[in-house]
Amino acid sequence: MAERLLEVKDLKVQFATEDGVVNAVDGVSFTLDRGQVLGIVGESGSGKSVTAMTMLGLTRGVNARFEGEVQYKGRDLIQLSEDELQSIRGNEIAMIFQDPMTSMNPVYRVGAQIAEGLRAHNEGMNKHQARARGVELLRAVGIPNPESRVDDYPHQFSGGMRQRAMIAMALANNPDILIADEPTTALDVTIQAQIIELIGRLKVEFNSAVILITHDLGVVAEIADVIMVMYAGRVVEMGTKRQIFYDPQHPYTWGLLGSIPRLDRPKADRLHSIEGTPPSLINMPQGCKFRPRCPHAFEKCWEEPALENRVEEPGHSDRCWLPVEAKRTVRDATISGENRAA
Amino acid sequence: MVAFIIRRGLGAIIVLAIVSFITFAIFIVIPGGDPAVRMAGKNATDANIENIRETWGFDRPFYVQYGNMMKKVFTADLISYNTQQGVITEIKRGLPATFSLAIGAAVIWLLFGVLVGIISAVMAGRWSDRAITVLALVGISMPVFWLGIIARYYLGPENLGVFPDGQYVPLTENPVEWFYHLLLPWFVLAVLFIGFYGRVLRSNILDAINEDYVRTARAKGLTPRRVLIKHVLRNSLIPIVTLFGLDFAGVVGGGAILTETVFDLKGVGQYAADAVGTLDLPPIMAVTLIGAFFIVFFNALVDFLYAYLDPRIRPS
Repeated sequence: MAERLLEVKDLKVQFATEDGVVNAVDGVSFTLDRGQVLGIVGESGSGKSVTAMTMLGLTRGVNARFEGEVQYKGRDLIQLSEDELQSIRGNEIAMIFQDPMTSMNPVYRVGAQIAEGLRAHNEGMNKHQARARGVELLRAVGIPNPESRVDDYPHQFSGGMRQRAMIAMALANNPDILIADEPTTALDVTIQAQIIELIGRLKVEFNSAVILITHDLGVVAEIADVIMVMYAGRVVEMGTKRQIFYDPQHPYTWGLLGSIPRLDRPKADRLHSIEGTPPSLINMPQGCKFRPRCPHAFEKCWEEPALENRVEEPGHSDRCWLPVEAKRTVRDATISGENRAA
Repeated sequence: MVAFIIRRGLGAIIVLAIVSFITFAIFIVIPGGDPAVRMAGKNATDANIENIRETWGFDRPFYVQYGNMMKKVFTADLISYNTQQGVITEIKRGLPATFSLAIGAAVIWLLFGVLVGIISAVMAGRWSDRAITVLALVGISMPVFWLGIIARYYLGPENLGVFPDGQYVPLTENPVEWFYHLLLPWFVLAVLFIGFYGRVLRSNILDAINEDYVRTARAKGLTPRRVLIKHVLRNSLIPIVTLFGLDFAGVVGGGAILTETVFDLKGVGQYAADAVGTLDLPPIMAVTLIGAFFIVFFNALVDFLYAYLDPRIRPS
């Protein structure tokens, strides 16, 4: 068994706003082992980024309320003081963000920004050593000529190179966990593949675990071991990559899968799209949160409390009331898009 | 670098030429602008006036007059129509007071402005932020001539006697008295800028705090102090540099007319104000040119500093 790094138990995050209380994350639980890649998939506003940022304490604020636990090496990250979290951030757990164009400070050299993170967690490391390590890291992420590029400013890097530099920055202190929040969304498709490949390779080299947040199932299909599908602050389905792609149980997951053009299935008349919009996180629908948009909803879906967790196979759980047999038939139709014309 | 200096230098010459010409042109069209009539006095004869016109060259075409005046500006031979004193000598006499006032006030307003901006941004939304905001707005709204007179009257010898009653004491003569005499004018002049800079910096900081790179800095595990100083402040102070450069140039170039007059500092601004009161063109021309020069000069300096502070606009 690989070492258990992270255990999130029933995490809830609420933000008080002028319009009411936003339930950004509503009871999320999962685990992460060393060497594992966990893909978190969902629409914008499904709570995937908030879940990740909360682990690092980046969502803390006067208007935020937290419940549940984030166990990391025997410590609950939710309860840690700001000082203790600071020594974990960028050191044991590091994070890279969506837009590499704006995620680097424009007025400092790339090398200096890497060195800054190094020196924050390694007392006694001098500027010279930090710079040398910066060059090494830039080489590791595939930046050509790292000896001279280390002194470039971010605007002198292309988008893909900047994201590589961000990864170098995140890996600077050999983190146990790398959280990548939509790392490829702002990049060209060809660069996306390179970045994902790089994250996969570095995960092995640095012997860490990765949480990959994306709205794109194609991205997680590449490297994720376990996939967690989130909707309206909840995990609607979780399973291995195989289970999610070949035996998805939740209509929302079907919708996501159906919205990707696929070459290995008969050509659909038109690409499937999920009707409607995600619910307001302030006034949640009764019962299943996906019910108002779900074409297969029936009486049971109105029940409160909604289904918490149904385990289909070991490691594969979902939150849908539909009987398994009924599911299989409607599912295949939804994903392949056959009955769209009807 | 050299190209930059040459380009800005040429630009400066053009700007100064235009400024001087406009100033001169105003005095051709202004009612009562004819200096000969005023110089001749109340009961002058026509012959008297004609005589003055001829000796001073007021009967020549305007472009000749303009050329002569420009020549005299650069040879330091410019003479006031009213007092017959050398203009450049008078300005040189006023410069120490003006510089002392401008530099001291600039240090104070920059220091306090930045402090006010940081405190109100960090405390954003709390009562201390609100209190500072109100104070800043009060500061911005108080005109110098009012605040100056009130301060001079109540804190001066007439009432509390904490501060001397205006006047300028040269630094070389008595540094302690110099400081003591200038303290009140410094603060009176600085109050307006403190409020304004504080407000601008506050909003810059609040914008910068939400930048992605600040989130990155926090995610790196930097201390909040380091995030604030190195990442938030470093970027929000850039626009303050522009403001400061131009405001300082304005004050040095004789823009502190009100403060100088209220506290009777006998600086360049006060000299210019007196000249305007008597429509005395030569001092007005000289002071305008000095002011324009400082503004052009500090503008170039600000551009230069900008390139240093923000690598994105550095020519590669």
